[in-house]
Formats: sequence, C-alpha cells, structure tokens
Amino acid sequence: MSLHPDYKGKYKHKWEHLPHLTLSGLEPLIVTPETNFVNIGERTNVAGSKMFLRLINENKFDEALSVAREQVENGAQIIDINMDDGLIDGKEAMVKFLKLIAAEPDISRVPIMIDSSKWEIIEAGLQNVQGKSVVNSISLKEGEQQFIEQATKILNYGAAVIVMAFDEVGQADSYERRIEICEKSYRILVDKVGFPPQDIIFDPNIFPVATGMEEHRKNALDFFRATRWIRENLPGAHVSGGVSNVSFSFRGNNPVREAMHSAFLYHAINEGMDMGIVNPSMLGVYDDIPKDLLERVEDVLLDRRDDATERLLDFAESVVGSTKEKKKDDEWRSQPLQERITHALVKGNADFIEQDVEKARQIVDKPINVIEQHLMNGMNVVGDLFGSGKMFLPQVVKSARVMKKAVAYLLPFIEEEKLLNPSLSDSNAVGKILLATVKGDVHDIGKNIVGVVLACNNYEVIDLGVMTPLEKIIQIAKDEKVDIIGLSGLITPSLDEMVYVAKEMEKEGMSIPLLIGGATTSKVHTAVKIDQHYTSGQAVYVLDASRSVTVVENLLGEKKNAFIQNVKEEYERLRETYSKRQQTKETISLAEARKNKYQIDWEAHPPQKPNFIGTKTFSEYDLKEISEYIDWTPFFRTWELAGKYPQILEDEIVGNEAKKLFTDAQQMLEQIIAEKWLEAKAVIGIWEANTENDDIIKVYEENNPIGQLYQLRQQSKKATGVPNMSLADFIAPKESGIKDYIGGFAVTAGIGIEKHITRFEADHDDYHAIMLKALADRLAEAFAELMHLKVRKEYWGYAANEVLDNNALIKEKYVGIRPAPGYPACPNHTLKTDLFQLLDATNKTGIELTESLAMYPTAAVSGMYFSHPESKYFGVGKIDKDQVEAYAKANQLDFDIAERWLGSVLSY
Amino acid sequence: MANIRDELKKRILVLDGAMGTMIQQYKLTEEDFRGERFKNHSCPLKGNNDILSITKPEVIKAIHSKYLAAGADIIETNSFGSTSIAQEDYQLQGAVYDINYACAKIAKEVAEEFTKKTPEKPRFVAGSIGPTTKLASMSPDVNDPGFRNISFDELRIAFKEQAKGLIEGGADLLLVETITDTLNAKAALLAINEIQQELNTNLPVMISGTITDASGRTLSGQTTEAFLISVQHSKPLSIGLNCALGAAALRPYLQVLRNKSNFYVSAHPNAGLPNEMGEYDESPEQMAAQIKVFLDEGLVDIVGGCCGTTPEHIKAIAELVKKYPKN
Repeated sequence: MSLHPDYKGKYKHKWEHLPHLTLSGLEPLIVTPETNFVNIGERTNVAGSKMFLRLINENKFDEALSVAREQVENGAQIIDINMDDGLIDGKEAMVKFLKLIAAEPDISRVPIMIDSSKWEIIEAGLQNVQGKSVVNSISLKEGEQQFIEQATKILNYGAAVIVMAFDEVGQADSYERRIEICEKSYRILVDKVGFPPQDIIFDPNIFPVATGMEEHRKNALDFFRATRWIRENLPGAHVSGGVSNVSFSFRGNNPVREAMHSAFLYHAINEGMDMGIVNPSMLGVYDDIPKDLLERVEDVLLDRRDDATERLLDFAESVVGSTKEKKKDDEWRSQPLQERITHALVKGNADFIEQDVEKARQIVDKPINVIEQHLMNGMNVVGDLFGSGKMFLPQVVKSARVMKKAVAYLLPFIEEEKLLNPSLSDSNAVGKILLATVKGDVHDIGKNIVGVVLACNNYEVIDLGVMTPLEKIIQIAKDEKVDIIGLSGLITPSLDEMVYVAKEMEKEGMSIPLLIGGATTSKVHTAVKIDQHYTSGQAVYVLDASRSVTVVENLLGEKKNAFIQNVKEEYERLRETYSKRQQTKETISLAEARKNKYQIDWEAHPPQKPNFIGTKTFSEYDLKEISEYIDWTPFFRTWELAGKYPQILEDEIVGNEAKKLFTDAQQMLEQIIAEKWLEAKAVIGIWEANTENDDIIKVYEENNPIGQLYQLRQQSKKATGVPNMSLADFIAPKESGIKDYIGGFAVTAGIGIEKHITRFEADHDDYHAIMLKALADRLAEAFAELMHLKVRKEYWGYAANEVLDNNALIKEKYVGIRPAPGYPACPNHTLKTDLFQLLDATNKTGIELTESLAMYPTAAVSGMYFSHPESKYFGVGKIDKDQVEAYAKANQLDFDIAERWLGSVLSY
Repeated sequence: MANIRDELKKRILVLDGAMGTMIQQYKLTEEDFRGERFKNHSCPLKGNNDILSITKPEVIKAIHSKYLAAGADIIETNSFGSTSIAQEDYQLQGAVYDINYACAKIAKEVAEEFTKKTPEKPRFVAGSIGPTTKLASMSPDVNDPGFRNISFDELRIAFKEQAKGLIEGGADLLLVETITDTLNAKAALLAINEIQQELNTNLPVMISGTITDASGRTLSGQTTEAFLISVQHSKPLSIGLNCALGAAALRPYLQVLRNKSNFYVSAHPNAGLPNEMGEYDESPEQMAAQIKVFLDEGLVDIVGGCCGTTPEHIKAIAELVKKYPKN
C-alpha cells in the first residue's frame, strides 16, 4: 500500500528509457532500480558531528580521515563531507580534506558528496575530486538565475546534484509546496540547463515530528507523499534526505530515535526514496522494533492519532536506555544485500553468509546467479585487493572460507535446478585446474593455498590431495578435461615423480600446461629435468601461490603463446647456463674425496660418554612446553608474509596482517594445548658408533652391530686445504680405536590431526585447516629443538652447562648438530629407513614412511645427533657415478634404484 | 567540410601514429629547434618537439604527410606538450598560443591537400592535448599527501589557452589524451567547454585515458568504468584508451568502454611494451594482428597508434580496417 492516495503499493521504477545515475570515486557506483537504497555516510559533517568538528578545529586531519575510512568500511556507498561552521575556514578545510582523501584509496574509492550551503565551498570542492561526485545542495532560494548558473557549473564540472525543496518564499513545508518547488526545479534543470534527469536528486525536506507543534504533525507524511509524487512524475529523478532530522525532538533517547529512523526509512523507501544520509549505528531493524513502540512511532510518522505525540512521549520515558548498545561491528548488517555479501567475503566473516545468500537466492532467477553475481562481485573485490597488495594471503584464505560456505549452501539448490533443466551449463569457471601432491609425498599446505587462491579467482579447482599416483592424475585430467595440471611436492624424490608425470603426459599426447611447485622444486629443475620430457605441452615453474594466478591467467588467456614462448626461451637459457656450470664444476673420484676428508684430532677432544645408551620413548609430551620453542619466522613464510619474527609484527606493509595471523595462531595454539587436539610423540636413541671405510657409520649395542647409517661425501673438486666432507667424518673411525657415539631421533606433533583437519574441511574452512597444519609443523620443529636440547644437556649430557635462549637455539648456537635425511648434509632419503629401524620409530611414535620416504603425519622431524664440537652443517652437492655404486653396494640396492633415490644429487 | 560524425557512421577511422620517434629520424640540432624565431632564447630547446611546428614546419608537415599517405583519416597535431605548464620547462610559456596555432595550421594544410586528392576519404585534424607534466589529484611529495604542485584552475587556464590556439589554427576536433589523472582531464574538458562557448564553436572532443598497469586502473587510481563515468558529462565524440600498454592488454578495458557507454570508442595503443632497451619493437604485422581482434569483436570506431608506431604500422592498420566496413 502507498501512503499517497493516488498510488498503490510499493513504488516501482518506471523510467526504464533513462540511463541510471552513475557516480564514481576510484570505482563506479551505479544506482539502479534494484539498488533499493544508497546509504550516504554522514559522520564527516562538522554540522552534524561534534567529534568531527573538534577534529577539524584542532587540525587533526589524520583522525578526521579515520572517521571517513570507518564509514566506508562500514558500508557507506557515498560519503557526505560538510565543513560549514562559523569558526572554521570552510573552503580551506574542504579542499584540504578532499586532497587528503584523494591519497587514501580505501576512502576515495567511493564517490564524494560535497555538502555546503556556500557556493564557493561547493565549487572549491568540485575542483578537487576526480570522480563524479554529488553536490549537496542547490535550490531556488536565491532565485532562478542563480539556480541556473550554479546548475550549469555543476553540469560542466561533471557532478550530480541534490536540489532542496526551497524557493524565494522559503523552505517547502507542505506536500503541495514540496511538489510545486521540485517540479519547477526539475523543469528548469532539464529544459533550460540540459541537466541529465537521472543526475537530479531531490531533498524534499525531512523535518522533525512529535515536536508538540500542530503544524509539524504531517511533516513525515508529507515527505512520504512528496517522495512518491516526485518518483511517479519527474522522470528519472531520485529522492534523498537527512533521516536523523525526523527524530530531533527525541535527542538523548536513542532507542526511540533508532525506531523512528527505521520506521521512517521503511515507509520512505516504500514510496521511492532511494538515497539517504543515515548513521547506520542509529538505525534498528524494522522487524525488530517492539510492536508497542513501533505502533506509537508509526502513529506519529503517519499522523494517525491526535494524541500520537503524547503517547510516544509517555512511552519514550519507559524505553530510555532499555535497549542495549549495539555493537559497532554489526553496523554492516544494515547495508544492502550485495554490500553485506561483499563485506562478509572481504572480512572473511562467515557468520551471516548463509542467511544473506538465501536472501540473494530468493531474488535471482536461478540459484547459480547468486554465485555468478553476488558472490563473484564480492570475490572480485577480494581479487582486486589481493592483486593490488591491499589484502594478504591469510585474509584471502579466510575469504575463500566464506565463499566455500556460501557455495556449499547453494549447491543443493543448483543441483535441483539442474535436474529441472539439464541443459544448463555446468560451470561458469574460467578454467579448470587439477592440483595434486605427487605419489609418495604427503605435504600439501602450499598446494592447498594455491588451490584457494585459484578458486578465489574463479577457477574451478580439482584437488586430488596427496600421494596421487600418476595414472590417477592423467585419468582425471582427461575425464574432467582440465585446462592445466599443477603438481606439488616437498621432498626431493617428488622431483623425480614429477618427471615421470611429465613423461607420461608426453606419452599420452597431452598438451595442456603442467605447473610445477613446492619447496624443493625450482625453475632450474623444471627447465633442466621436466620441461624437456614434455614437449607436446609446456611445463612451467611457479614460485608461490601469489604467482599462480598470473601464470594461470597467462596460460589460459590471449597471451598464451607469447607467454609460453617467453618461458621456452627462458628455460633454454637456464639449460645452457646449467650445462655450462656443470662442465666447469669438476668432480673428483670418490677415492680421492675420501682421502681429502675432514680431519678431526680425536685425541684433543675425545667423545663424551653419554649418560644414557639405548632408546627412549615419549608420549603425550607437554605441548605447552614444546610451544615455547617455536621458531615463528617460518610460520609467517608459510603464509607468504615475508619478514623475521618478531619484527614482522611491526612491519609497515604486512605488520597488521601478521599481527592478526599471529593472534589467530596463538588462539588456536591455546586450543590445541587445552583441548589436546594433537599428541606429541618422540623416540630418541643414543648408541655406540664408529666410522668404517670412511663413509659408513656402524652402530653397535654392547659391541654388537645393530645397523648402519651410510653418509654421502662431497665430490666436487675443492681448493687446496678445503676438505670433501661427509657426516661420517664427525664420528671417530674404527681404526682410531676410540669409542664414539651417535644419536637419532624421530618426533611428531601431528598425531590426531586428521580428525580436526577433516572437521575444518567439512566446514569449508581452509583457513583453519591450513593454520592447524602450519602450527603442527611448527610444533614438530619445536619438539625436535626441545629434544635436542634435552639430549645435549641431559640424556647424552655433552653440553650439560649450556645456557641458551630460544633465539640462540634458532640461530643454532649450540654444540653439535642434528642433520635430517633429505636435507643438504645427507640428501639420501633412504637413511630414514635405517634410522627408523634403529629407533623402531614407527611402532614407538606412529610416524610412517611413505614409498617415497616422506614421513606421515607430515608434522614430523627425524635425524641424527652428532656431538663433536667440530661437527657442522654443509651441503653434499653433486655426486658422481662411483659414489652411487658405493652407495648401492653398501645399502644392497640395485644400481638403478640407488640412482633413482639419489636423482636430485647426481652430477651426470 | 565533411562531418566526422557522418564518416564514423560509415567506417572505422584510422588515427595516425607516434610523432616523437619520427622526429628523431631527422637528427635535428639545437639550431634546428631554435630556428630564426628563438635564435637567442634563454635556454636550450632541443627535445621540445612541439616548437618545431614553428621552427621546422616542413619536417612536421612531412611526417603528417607520411601518416596521411599511409591511410590515416585523422592526424594529431604536434601539440601534446603545448601548455604553459609543460612549456615552462623550456621557458616558452609566452609562445604557447603561437605553437598551438602553428601546430593546427600546418596539420590542416596537409590534411586538406589529401582531402582534395581523395574527397571520398576526407581527412581530419585532431588538436592533441596532453596531460601536462603535473597532476591535480596526486601529491609529488610522498610525505605530504595533501600537497599539490598544480591547481585545477591553473590547469583550466593553461588548457584553455592551448585549446584556443588549436581551434583558431584550424583543428577539426580536439583530443584530450594520455589521461593519467582524471582531474586534469576534467580541467581540460571544462576549459574546452568554456573556450568553445566564447568562440562560438562546437568542435567534437575525443577523450583518451591511459591505463598504467595490469590492475586496469589509471595512474590516479580509477577503474576504467569510474574514469568513463567521471568524464561522460562532456558528451565526447569518443572515449578511448591510449599509450602505456600494448594493444592486446587494452582489450578488456575497451570492452568496458564499449559496453558501458554510447560514445564511439577509440584506441591508439603503443607498439607493444618497451623491451629491455626501452624500445618498442612490435612489428606492424604483430600490432595489426592484435587490432584485428578489436575489429572482430567490434570494439573500436577509431584506431591508431601511440608510442613506437610508424607510418608502416598505420598502413597495416589502415589496410586491415578496410576489411571492416560499418554497413
């Protein structure tokens, strides 16, 4: 129903032949009939906000900018700026503030409303906004001629205009005067000035009601009716107003004011008001207004009873302060639907997303449209922010969580729709990408991040998870007709597995691009080892998740050929450089290398007898204690935030994000500890040992051999006096007759993790899933650190008096080393098998080894303890065939298999 | 005099290519730049290409001729930097009107020669108005974001002087181009509006913005659509994009202009992106192949070249455009 006797129902836009009102800051604002209501921020107004006036008066423009930013963050689609005050130079303040806003993209992205009663301030404002703004306001108050002059200038500056219902006689205070002045203004603007009708916005004066004055009784009702008449009769024109005026007589009684604002807007929007200056924090939800209060408010607004004012006044006394103060955080909930959805995506807030998506679903034709429109609009904002460096990975992952939740909610509806209409295309994605961690490898944090980032950019991601056999990769790539395959891996054997996948793709005649990523992968490896095996398509190395989108865009876009050509040329260059480097880097024979081993004077520093021999198992180790040893820097690196902890928290660029991430991490860590999400288990061993035949560390128990740990030796030609090192050099050789010792360990902090990962993934919560994995990894590393400390000081006791803080531990300032198989000092993963046997690690800790010898759970660390003070970390580098043969023989392996395990360190 | 709007209804028009690279080929000396008029000028003038319209008009006319012979329908005057703001670097603020007048006059003479030869293909002169060297909505001092080294009014006055010279020199239309800051462009558009009212002329105006990077935004941060919205009040003949990116990269933004406005759409991209040596090395064929995509998609009504393009590029484009008649 309409409050105007001549019209029926809710106002329906009827000027389809006219263009929409378009405004701009850095970004466009298009006011369509579907926009419903454009919300204009009112806090940057010295006439309306005492706080803002004070900031301007005290020249605190930085804080004044925060007020503007906060409004935009809270969903204002336009910000009104008013500097009209007797005590400030309004023109100067307006210009200064607008120039400062221009330098703040998160404010200037929205259009500006230049609000002043002084023309010189308005014109100064118009000269300082690059976008299409709105002038607030002009009127016929000073006569037609001045009105025309000002309107013409506004038109030439390229702005829209608010026209007040005001003429030489005075401000319109009745329905008749309102429509008379508005019609007259409209005709002058359109007919004489040539103003685009859709750029005209009327403000038919919102005046206070319930003032006790008889002549104010119809103030609201007349506004509603005038609004309707304008929208029905003045083609294209819009209606706006300052809403808080209406409740002026209830200053100090916020519950009543909020109710009045909500009820007023409800009726005004119904009659066609489509813009308004409102304070979202002073606005309730219409349906939430208590019925008795609403009835009294509406009695006043609609002038339904003679005693309406008295009744509301009486009632008002009873509701003073009865409603609790609303949280500022909820202000965004009063925004239009799209804004709410975008907000939820950008802020990663999933609390209301299903509710909002359901609302959206009800207004679109097909449920898929909600994804294509509302959600993609929001994700585009996220993409833009990420692309321009204004959002960081952790935030994007949170956005993806909201997106996934929304999509999951919509899926049943989309399926239903598909059943009804099977011809509907399956997907709107711009490309289909298969991701997999290759066979034998269980590491997936990086791959999951890539998946999230790609999905955020509207790619359909098929994630095959970890330990994916190549047959499965090929099969699904074909069945699903994917556009790109992305392979991930962390351990070195995965590099070879990737080569196999490339070869197989070639054999199958595939030509889709193959992306290579993961910690051990490199551009050189991709160029030298993978690219050549995949000539029917292109292999491309991707450094990290943030690059993945650019690479994929290039590979699927118009520039595909040029991009591939560039990659080909670059890889060719890399191959040339690589082969040159290989040629110049001479190796020596293993025999020579052994002769040039690292010499230790065993007499000068004899091995220290351990306090304990044998193995020792730890279960349910105190996570709290472990957590004190966490090195946080790699944690931030996982999230692609660069910088050292703790300085990163104060970093100019990523500091804020790092802080948030750190807070979230601390919170989850507390939960992990308090609710025992994870169990930390460890086994350590200390045994007698001696080196035999230079490279083999033989391990004994009471003089009986119980195993061996074969060590690789540097084989590159060294300068005189520089040894060819092997870890074996740090253990006394058998022929020295000195009894030496070696230790081993396997620790994990990942027992029980699956349950929680599954829980998060079921909730589409990649953010927390990745967070948990990253924390488990950190805990495992910390646990290894802690165990090493205990071994040094207690179980072995060779450094009983060591005093080092965590920082010194991170910098490896302690005596002795704990190299891990698969890392540069001992790149042969097979060492893990021997080590696990000695420790009986799988039985004692639950850590299993995959076929590629990756540890599962992934949050695990294993290695050896060397106690000699001269022992140090180094890189084995490339080895020659003779060493592979020696290695194969010592480990009783076929040469081919040995070669495969050592694939990443072969010099030939 | 033919009307450009009528021609645009019939066919896609070709804009000329770069001026600077062509001038370099003449290896002109300081004396050439000074000519007779500025023989005793207080500072060096070499590099001030716009002044050549006065001091070496035969060179500029020869270049215009080459582009017209290559098939250009519209040639741009040699006045990209001819505002008092940009000429301040050469202490030539006092000569700005004369430079613009000369730029328009010589271009018009050459264009008319060609129109006479082939009346069915009338040629037009677009008075080129560059962005000046200063920005109205960005601070040159990172520590003082509220600072500006130029005001809107200073820009408006400078552009007005330039536009007056171009109009009175005989330009058929005005081209506000390489817009990096929309507020500068708005000052130019307001100035053009004012001078046209004073001179009682109604020359069509072309607007061409510059997307500076892959984010799809102008230097001053606007999206393509926001830029369009900010300048559409001037009711230009065309809106388009030039410079900064190669043709291929412009495509998505031209689509925005095509879909969101009713104006004709123009594009005059660079010959690709600069290589490691800072040179543009996209060949005429490569560039034409990318322009072909625009034509196939019906994205442009006016197309030409910016940095690094030569008469050969324009020839390739003109040949291509012939295959896309509008009716």
